[in-house]
Amino acid sequence: MSSKQTPSQTVGPYFAYGLTPAQYGYGHTSAVQPVVGDDGTPGERIRLVGCVFDGAGDVIPDAMIEIWQAGGDGRYPHGDQVHGPNTGFTGFGRSGTGMGEPGEFVFETIKPGATEDGQAPHISVIVFMRGLLSHAYTRVYFADEADANDNDPVLSAVPPERRGTLLAQREDAGKTVIYRFDIHMQGDRETVFFDV
Amino acid sequence: MTEDPRAPRDWSTQPPYIFADYKSTVLRGPSKPLVSLKQTLSERTGPVYGHEAIGSLDSDLTRNAAKDGEPLGERIIVTGLVMDEAGRPVPGTLVEVWQANAAGRYIHTVDQHDAPIDPNFFGGGRCVTGDDGRYRFVTVKPGAYPWGNHFNAWRPNHIHFSLFGPCFATRLVTQMYFPGDPLLELDPIFQATPEPYRDLLVSRFSIEVTEPGIALGYEFDIVLRGPSATPLEN
Repeated sequence: MSSKQTPSQTVGPYFAYGLTPAQYGYGHTSAVQPVVGDDGTPGERIRLVGCVFDGAGDVIPDAMIEIWQAGGDGRYPHGDQVHGPNTGFTGFGRSGTGMGEPGEFVFETIKPGATEDGQAPHISVIVFMRGLLSHAYTRVYFADEADANDNDPVLSAVPPERRGTLLAQREDAGKTVIYRFDIHMQGDRETVFFDV
Repeated sequence: MTEDPRAPRDWSTQPPYIFADYKSTVLRGPSKPLVSLKQTLSERTGPVYGHEAIGSLDSDLTRNAAKDGEPLGERIIVTGLVMDEAGRPVPGTLVEVWQANAAGRYIHTVDQHDAPIDPNFFGGGRCVTGDDGRYRFVTVKPGAYPWGNHFNAWRPNHIHFSLFGPCFATRLVTQMYFPGDPLLELDPIFQATPEPYRDLLVSRFSIEVTEPGIALGYEFDIVLRGPSATPLEN
């Protein structure tokens, strides 16, 4: 017997209290946080920030971003590894863009290492929002990892002129290392979205 | 442990990114073709949530925010199986829900619909599927509410669902509707789903799930992407 995949539907405008209540101050706990790794997590602490833009170039204030990544050692905290040495590192985060100007998502995490299967350091991303009927997959790569990026199988499959849409740029702001990754849903700079 | 590669997303059952009748899609849906990605470790792994993340009242929306009484509205039980395309249960996966109250009002600060907030109802809940893939919530039936998509637009009664499944590639966010709702045929979000598969979003009333004297029962099964070795058409 086979069953058909349940259709996706938009996350809508009111996900905040259901999926990110702690971030938005609703007084309930969140199952998933925008903090992926803490001071006890091995690796370089980074802040991943960005805005999501619509086809008119306007910032989208009601998007929700989820990320999934390996640790600094390139290992995913999956299955048997959940309670391994990466205590405190979940690998998974969720952030809404509705916490005021300028409408950014913000993740406190660590820079991932090259993965066990030889991919360049990257963060997997899912984009949700009102007006998006089915979630969209993309990836964050790091502009300062040029050599690894050149050999990455996923990035290599992207048309060269569009690869730049997947590169986060490093900004050093005092003690905090920030990587900026803006997401453009449409237009000349439309972010590459994947059929995973 | 790494999961098997997943079957491709079955776009035949999925709504398109741009569906003109749902106006917000026009500037927000990707306009370029998706780039095919051969699944790697990054898509074949995913977050794992155990029962430790879930509070004892998290799946009972009639109690998880009660202050001085019960929420108003028609008490209901919503339950179903989370499974893959071959019908195999997906155990131990996080299911999150959120919904309007019985009057059609969300607690969300952006919702300005002129309907009352219920002081005893929050509208968010979560649970983890059992070994048999089953989830279960107790809540009140959400009300319909107006929205600005077009003149006299009303969303049908619905509950938002968010699911993970075994890996990053099985993520799903969807909405559950109620049988017999006359607003379904007028709702562009529901109608964006290809016609043969819209019914997959509609729960069914169940007298077996209904608890005598307590609450009406609705069943809503959810199918996530299965391993790619699954024979899809047998």
